[in-house]
Amino acid sequence: MNQLPTAINFRSNTRQVPPQMSAAVQKATAKFLGNRAALVDALGNDYWQVLRQAGHDIRLHAITHIAHYLEQAEQAVTRAGGQVHWARDAEEARRILLDIAARHRVKLAVKGKSMATEEIGLNHALQAAGIRVLETDLGEYIVQLKGVGPAHIVVPAFHLSKEEIAALFRDKLGVEAPAEAEKLTQIARMKLREEFLAAEMGISGGNFLVAETGTIVTVTNEGNGRMCTTVPPVHVAVVGIDKVVPDWESLTVLLKLLARSATGQKLSCYTQFISGPPRSAAETGPAEMHLILLDNGRTRILQTPECRETLLCIRCGACLNICPVYNHVGGYAYGYPISGPTGVIFASQILGPKIAGALPFASTLCGACNDICPVKIPITRILLHLRRRVVEGDETEPATAPASLRLGARVGALALGSTGLYRLGSRLLRRMQAPFVSVGWMERVPAPLNRWTMSRPFPAFAADFRQWWRGRHLKARHE
Amino acid sequence: MAIKAQLFITCLAEQFFPGVLKRMVGLLERLDVQVAFPEEQTCCGQPFFNSGYRSQARDLAVKWLKVFGRGDGFIVSPSGSCVDMVHHHFPELFPPGSPEHRRAVDVAARTFEFTQFLVHQLKITDVGARFSGRVTYHASCHLLRGLSAREEPKALLQAVQGLELVPLSGEETCCGFGGAFSVIYPEVSKAMMEAKVRAIESTGADVVAAGDAGCIMNIAGGLRRAGSSVRAMHLVEILAAGRGAS
Repeated sequence: MNQLPTAINFRSNTRQVPPQMSAAVQKATAKFLGNRAALVDALGNDYWQVLRQAGHDIRLHAITHIAHYLEQAEQAVTRAGGQVHWARDAEEARRILLDIAARHRVKLAVKGKSMATEEIGLNHALQAAGIRVLETDLGEYIVQLKGVGPAHIVVPAFHLSKEEIAALFRDKLGVEAPAEAEKLTQIARMKLREEFLAAEMGISGGNFLVAETGTIVTVTNEGNGRMCTTVPPVHVAVVGIDKVVPDWESLTVLLKLLARSATGQKLSCYTQFISGPPRSAAETGPAEMHLILLDNGRTRILQTPECRETLLCIRCGACLNICPVYNHVGGYAYGYPISGPTGVIFASQILGPKIAGALPFASTLCGACNDICPVKIPITRILLHLRRRVVEGDETEPATAPASLRLGARVGALALGSTGLYRLGSRLLRRMQAPFVSVGWMERVPAPLNRWTMSRPFPAFAADFRQWWRGRHLKARHE
Repeated sequence: MAIKAQLFITCLAEQFFPGVLKRMVGLLERLDVQVAFPEEQTCCGQPFFNSGYRSQARDLAVKWLKVFGRGDGFIVSPSGSCVDMVHHHFPELFPPGSPEHRRAVDVAARTFEFTQFLVHQLKITDVGARFSGRVTYHASCHLLRGLSAREEPKALLQAVQGLELVPLSGEETCCGFGGAFSVIYPEVSKAMMEAKVRAIESTGADVVAAGDAGCIMNIAGGLRRAGSSVRAMHLVEILAAGRGAS
């Protein structure tokens, strides 16, 4: 996704999801969840819970003392010869990066997988400036060829079959492409190899930023990310300020949680630590290294105590994999590159309720995300607060829900709060429903409940417990 | 001295499944519980709370706490989600230290979902029920994850004479009800419900049991629309079966 959303209509997006999406997503998520469960079992659930709590505490500590750790990181990166830039918002981050690119007359930039650059719509900005930008993560490469964004934060093209990818390669790359994973990977590898050597700039994200040494940590499975950060003469990392962790000891806990939760691996194939550019002629690597620290609304999230744990996220994707809503609609319905439960709480706050007011409601509040989250983000509690922000407003935003809805809620609460009105309502509903009822069910009812009956009948109102209870007591008194 | 329990009947059970409530009274009385029904009760406010209407939820919680705070003994309800509301969200609605907060915490500690009340307060898993048939169990989200009742409902079902409990694939996956979600995003709700219905059908069970009226109206409706012969029942209906229930 290259352009940032202006309004997200989740319902209309869900209606455009191709019918094969859900099966493809479920097949992939089931595999990840199965691998994850086996590794959690191997550690033992008790120890897993200890790790989760530790992960939660470390992340919460880091974001609570974020200014301190960021300054520490900045000093360490600068000492190591890297250049640190602070970006207040997406626009500033894009401008900083474009300036660096202009200074180096960059014509081709290669990118490792990064959600932060998706968040700021970087590819679109680079292309607009006449710079060719190439995604090199295999999944990102595929979705970029297809002209879409990532469908999943960890595995962007996981919903596409080998056949679809082969057809895409034939169409876009003009090569013979059999529908075999190994052959397809080989084709991408050959294509990308030339580009790595030609690129003047490598762009990456960062899974973590270790404050004590200013180390950018990237966690990948293909090694293409490492090509981006080592081969071109300039490396720019775009890292959200929330990624900071105090030290290497805390990092080990988070690494133990991350790959297990994400792909069901003990550790991903490549865990890369970048601590500045080469310090001597004997060391190799990009001569220049830049770190862009991206705020883009994160400090605002920190200011709302009910929501700040949103920023604990380590982007493992486990909550997407377990979410029944995500499993049925896939990533695109969310209208934002970070999808699923963690995407909902993040995007709702980054974009604000005017653009993303539909997202907090895109959940049944089933709570499976809370239980699987490796850093124990109380996702549904945050969702509830964000719903409140939409309908009632809070300290940060006024209400954006239509006044008619809010009036309806007030009237509804008055009726439900009065025993007399509640009982009267029960009686009226039993009468009014008569034309619709057949053997205890209503197959079709008027709006808005017709949205229910489009997929199942609505049960007939049948309240008679209160009369039954009274009758029973009268009888008991007479006996 | 007999154990006392006030019934918290919940809106959905009252409106759509009054039979569940009557059977619950019968079962509790058979287990020597002295049952009371505070007639002033209405809604606990969960639909408002879950939709973000915090101030309406607070008003309804105040009323609910007044009604149930007057009585003594336990408060028992056949709904995981309504009890979860009382347990976990009522205290959040009031500033700590306020009289309402104290009352919310006190009343929450006495409020139990039906299966947890049986297993943990009455310490009973065999309620003496008889029910012949193959039964599969859908774990309602708020009962399972809100109240951590993973084992209680199944332990109770397993103890029922004549009942064969068959596992449901995706037992812990949401059925797609989600309260207002079902009408805000009806297409997604439908897809989730249909997946649940297919999983239930493939167990070969005669009955699917669950512990929340919301899931039951969703699943029962889905089964009906699919032309299935599987019946959706509340746990209470099965636990009260086979012995003098009204």
